[in-house]
Amino acid sequence: MLIRGKVYKFASNINTDVIYPGKYLSITTDREEMAKHCFEAAYPEFLENAKKGDIIVSGKNFGCGSSREQAATCLKYFGIGAVVAESFARIFYRNAINLALPVIIAPGISQKIEHNDTIEINLETGIIKNMRTTEIIKANRLPPFILKIINDGGLIPYLKKKLKNSNIIRRIQ
Amino acid sequence: MGKTLAEKILSEKSGQDACAGDIVIAKVDVAAFQDGTGPLGVRQLQKMNINKVKAAKSIFFLDHAAPSPRKELSNDHMLLREFSKKSGAILSEIGDGVIHQRLVESFVKPGDVVIGGDSHTCTAGALGAFATGMGSTDVAIGMVIGKTWFKVPETFRVEINGKFQSGVYSKDLILYLIGMIGADGATYKALEFGGETIEKMSMESRFVLSNMAVEAGAKVGLIASDKTTREYLKSCGRLKEWKAQIPDIDAKYEKIIKIDVSKIEPQIAFPHTVDNTRPISAAKGKKVDQVFIGTCTNGRIEDLEIAAKILKGKKRAFDTRLIVVPASREIYLNAMKLGLLKIFVQAGAIIMGPGCGPCVGVHEGVLGDGEVCLSTANRNFKGRMGNPEAFVYLASPATAAYSAIKGKISDPREMIKKAKKEKIMVNTGKKAKGNR
Repeated sequence: MLIRGKVYKFASNINTDVIYPGKYLSITTDREEMAKHCFEAAYPEFLENAKKGDIIVSGKNFGCGSSREQAATCLKYFGIGAVVAESFARIFYRNAINLALPVIIAPGISQKIEHNDTIEINLETGIIKNMRTTEIIKANRLPPFILKIINDGGLIPYLKKKLKNSNIIRRIQ
Repeated sequence: MGKTLAEKILSEKSGQDACAGDIVIAKVDVAAFQDGTGPLGVRQLQKMNINKVKAAKSIFFLDHAAPSPRKELSNDHMLLREFSKKSGAILSEIGDGVIHQRLVESFVKPGDVVIGGDSHTCTAGALGAFATGMGSTDVAIGMVIGKTWFKVPETFRVEINGKFQSGVYSKDLILYLIGMIGADGATYKALEFGGETIEKMSMESRFVLSNMAVEAGAKVGLIASDKTTREYLKSCGRLKEWKAQIPDIDAKYEKIIKIDVSKIEPQIAFPHTVDNTRPISAAKGKKVDQVFIGTCTNGRIEDLEIAAKILKGKKRAFDTRLIVVPASREIYLNAMKLGLLKIFVQAGAIIMGPGCGPCVGVHEGVLGDGEVCLSTANRNFKGRMGNPEAFVYLASPATAAYSAIKGKISDPREMIKKAKKEKIMVNTGKKAKGNR
C-alpha cells in the first residue's frame, strides 16, 4: 500500500490530552464532531491548516498518556493518512492499528523531513520517500499480521472476517 | 534460564514458555472499563451484536464523571448500566471509587492478567499482577473472548535501596525516576521494582510506584507479591486469594536501574509533562491557587493520614482552595472513622465524593485561566484539568498539604524539622517521631 501526503509536523511527547481533550470523551460515534476537536486546545491552528490526506510526522513518544481510543479515532476521522514518528507510546500504537490508521516507526525522521514536505510511504517495505529532497528514509516494517489488520480496515472487520466460519461469535452471542 | 515477573505471569496464563519478545495469547482474568472509555467499547460490541462477557471478571466503573455533570455523560452511564445488566458484567456505581483503587481492593489477585480501558491500569501491578492499559476496542474484545494477545515485554529492574528522609515518600521516588529516564524512558518495557526499600514499603506506597509506571511509557509496573501483599489482601477480606509471585533470581533484565532513596528530596513535576521533574527547591515559593489531594495515585488512607497530620489544627491559606477526594468508598469510611475528614473540613477543605475528582477536567474543580494547581495526581499535561491556560504541578500529599497552608509550594521537611525542634525544646523526653 502506498500512502502519499503533505507533512504536518509535531515535536516529541505529543500526549493524548493534547490530541483529544478529555471533555469530549463522551463523543464516540459522531465522526464529524470528533474530527472537529483534534488538537483543539493545544494547537488550534491544526484545524485551520491541516487537510484531509495529510501525514503527521512527529518526534519521540507520540500518543503518550491516557488510553483514550478517541485520540486515534479523531485523527482517522479527520482523514489523516498516516502517522510517522521516531517512536510511539504503546497504547496509542495499538489503538491506531485497531482502527486501521497506519502508524510507522521511523528513527531519525524528524531531522529528515520538514513541515509541508510531501512524502510517500510504502507500508509493505517501510520505505519513505521525501518528494522534495528525493531522500529515501528506511522505517521499521510493519509485521505481516498487523498489515493484515490495517488492510482489512481494523480489528473489528479483521475479526469478523476471520471468525466468519468459526462459531466463536455465535457462541458468545 | 530464569524469568522476570512479566515472563512468569504470561507463561502461566498463555500455557507456553513466554520470553521477552514473544507474542503470546493469554487468558484475561479481569477486564475493566471506566465511564470515559467504556461507552466506545460497548458500542463496538453492539456493532457485532455481542451481549455476553467471558472474562472471569468483567467490570464497569463509573468514576471519571461521578456524578455526571452533563446529559451526554448521563446517557453514557445509562448505556453502561444497561449493558452490565444484560451481559453479566459487574457495575461499580458512582461513589464507589476510582477504577484502579477498586480493582486492587476488591478484584485483582497476584498472578492475574488484567486489561483495562485506562492507562493507569498498571496500578494493580503492585499486587504481582500483569495489569496494563489498552484502548476501548482491545479491552472490549478481550472482555468477550476472555483472551488477548501480548508482546512479552523486556524488563527494566529498578533496584531501590536506602531509607527515605522524613517528608519524602514513594511519590517523590517515582517522580524522580520518571525525571531521570524520561516520559519515553521505558516505552514498551516492564518496570519491575525491587530491593530492600520496596520490601519494607507499605502496599499503599507501592501502588503509587506501579500507578505511574505508564508515565515513563512502561506497559506494566510490577512488584513481587510477598508478606505485605498478603496482609493487604487480608485487610480487604481476601486472604484466600493471596499467593506468592516472585521473579526468578537468575531472571534476565534488559537494564538494571539503581536508586538510593536517602539522597532524594521532595520532587515536583512542573507543567506540562510528568518528566519535567525537579527538586522542590526549584519550585519553592510558587503561588498556588488550588491544592488537590486524591486520585488513583495518592487518594488512599495512608496519603490522607499524612496530609491530615500536617493540616491538623491549621488552616489553608486564604487565597488557596483545598480539594480532598478519597479514592474509594472504603477509604472514605476509614477516613471518617479515623477523624481525618473533620481535620480537612476544619482546615478549610472541600471533600468530594470518591472518584477521579478534578484530575481529568471532566467535572469538579476545573481551573481558571492562568491558575496554578498543586496536585497529587499522576498527570500534568496541558489542558489535563480542563483548561489549557492553567498550570498543573505534581507532588506528594505531604508537599500538597503543607503548600495549602502556606499558599505557595513549600517543602514539608521544614514543618517536620520545626516540629522536631519544638519537641526537643519542651523536652518531653520522648524521641521525635518522623513521618512514616
